[in-house]
Amino acid sequence: MTIEGKRPPAHGRVADLVDVHSGEISREIFVDEAIHKQELENLFPRAWLFVGHASQVPNPGDYFSSWMGSDPVLLTRDDKGQVYVLLNSCRHRGMKVCRYDEGNTMQFTCPYHAWSYSIDGSLVDVPGDLHGVPHMKSAYQGQLDKAKWGLVRCPRVYDYKGLIFATWDTEAPDFLDYAGDFHWWLDNLADAFDGTEGGTEVFHGVLKWRIKSNWKFVSENFLGDTYHGASTHASVEAVGIGPGGKGKRRHGERQNQGGFSKGRMKTSFRLGHGASDNLDYELPYPEFAEPKLTEYFEKAWEKRAEKLRAEGRPLGGRGPATLFPNMSFAAGFPRSILVAHPISATETEVWRWFLVDKDAPDFVREWLRQYYMRYGGPAGMTEQDDMENWDYATQASRGVVARRFPYNYQQGLDREQASDLDRAVHSDHAIAGEVNARAFYQRWTEYVDNLTQDQLRELASVDERVERIREREAAAAAAKEETE
Amino acid sequence: MSTLSEHEGTPQLVNESGLSKADLRDLLADVSDFLYREADLLDERRYTEWLDMLAEDYQYSVPLRMNVPFSDVVSNEDTKVGAEVCWFDEPKSTVELRVIQLLTGVHWAEEPVSRVSHLVTNLRLTRVALPEVEVSSRFLVYRNRVSDEIDILVGRRRDVLRQDGDEWKLTRRTLLLDQSVLMAKNLSIFI
Repeated sequence: MTIEGKRPPAHGRVADLVDVHSGEISREIFVDEAIHKQELENLFPRAWLFVGHASQVPNPGDYFSSWMGSDPVLLTRDDKGQVYVLLNSCRHRGMKVCRYDEGNTMQFTCPYHAWSYSIDGSLVDVPGDLHGVPHMKSAYQGQLDKAKWGLVRCPRVYDYKGLIFATWDTEAPDFLDYAGDFHWWLDNLADAFDGTEGGTEVFHGVLKWRIKSNWKFVSENFLGDTYHGASTHASVEAVGIGPGGKGKRRHGERQNQGGFSKGRMKTSFRLGHGASDNLDYELPYPEFAEPKLTEYFEKAWEKRAEKLRAEGRPLGGRGPATLFPNMSFAAGFPRSILVAHPISATETEVWRWFLVDKDAPDFVREWLRQYYMRYGGPAGMTEQDDMENWDYATQASRGVVARRFPYNYQQGLDREQASDLDRAVHSDHAIAGEVNARAFYQRWTEYVDNLTQDQLRELASVDERVERIREREAAAAAAKEETE
Repeated sequence: MSTLSEHEGTPQLVNESGLSKADLRDLLADVSDFLYREADLLDERRYTEWLDMLAEDYQYSVPLRMNVPFSDVVSNEDTKVGAEVCWFDEPKSTVELRVIQLLTGVHWAEEPVSRVSHLVTNLRLTRVALPEVEVSSRFLVYRNRVSDEIDILVGRRRDVLRQDGDEWKLTRRTLLLDQSVLMAKNLSIFI
């Protein structure tokens, strides 16, 4: 009998709970435990997930403890400098072989029965393999197949300019195909302010906190919900905590650019990713209260603009944005990564990393550090109010009667705009527009209903919204001709 | 002196001012009274009066706590104030911004307002170098919110106070919160 890979039977279809054509989504997908279990089974192990940043494990033996959906993993670097992602659970009785957040070791020894696993390639064939077993001879007659009982290794790991992604699914598309044209946003996240490719690292210290809300609230908020800002963040806007100083806009937009939202149409990908802006939305770095900072960032912007234009690359695309399913980020002010780790249908552990240019001078580094802390995370003056809304939205959606009534996702329905990007559309308004969320949840149903990777690929090979835009435009042209 | 690290060991009193035992007792009583009053002002949401108790060079720091091997505790259990990501690491000017936000009436994280109690205990003078005094303590901050939302934040605290004429001002507050993953959804109150 083969035990490996045995799974409990599946439940019903979540596609019946999400209607992107009418713009209605059942509250059940945010509160129901059975659906959450299906997400853990069918979505998280088959999608590409953000695990950590290469700068967190710069040296051989460095490790960083992370999560991939329901599973604890270790991001490690072996003696040859190669990065691995290992399941943090002993193969004998499942004990976590490492309960530290970070550190350096070439060997993880389980505290329970002392099975030890090495990441030293001179001792084992592949890092993570079983190396030491107490009483090997008397317990197993020396017959235990060490190569078979090593720490479970994540088979697919991809380093995108220092951003480390992984998936358990050998059938999943390559990371670059999974990201598609959304990679432009990842580039802006990973590249330095002056455009130097991959010129960023993370500040030491990851903010980690629990919220009583479904993880999708978090992903949805960042993938294109610019609608919540005016109300949710009214208090922080009134205070002004941004680069411009007290009383100036939160993100430090320059006033001579016609305000924050002009030209800021959202971008929605058939693959499920979404961004609050678009690649044509070129927003130069802000004006700071301190002239020295303004000067520094103006120079960085000029250098970047020159470099990117020479390479034919767009200057826009700084987010906020979400890479399907649960990695959100912003690539401007602030520049930060957020992962919403699912705990239960109504609980999430949120992790936030902050990025900085590797070669940033001390005064820039320190200004950014302080700005990041007052802006984001549970103590951040912006993010505090988000959590209040997500948690109480969840509480008020759990009721038996409340669950009968869907959420409304009808903004910009059938008013999507064409895009030059592959399998993508834009919203027709900068603030209103829930096209990103609709596409995200459509993709979500396809994964959670456990369609095969071939089916997932096939479904996302065309963007039916692009087709509908063409039909709509043709019909409008025909109607115009008729009236003339 | 301004950083708090329990790994330096529990500090013995450094009595640089050479005060007598009786004077030290009086001083501790004065300082305790100041800190209890400060806690009352916070819990009564009298923020403007509370800000007056903070010196202009006040610095508020709450580093992150990490799970690290025993051998790394000294070097890496807490993130570094002044250089790394902390829950808070900010001057008075940022604290003032937080107060302005609390007073807007549309700061949803604190609307309706939370019920908060700051318990301050284990007070001990650790350095007397008048006009400055350093005090070590434990805190327990209880927050009850809306109906069933409860947060309990516990840890160590080190305060530096400076005598300014007849009154004291708080110049430095560093807290070590006994949580690595914050179990509260936010930190919209002052710890």
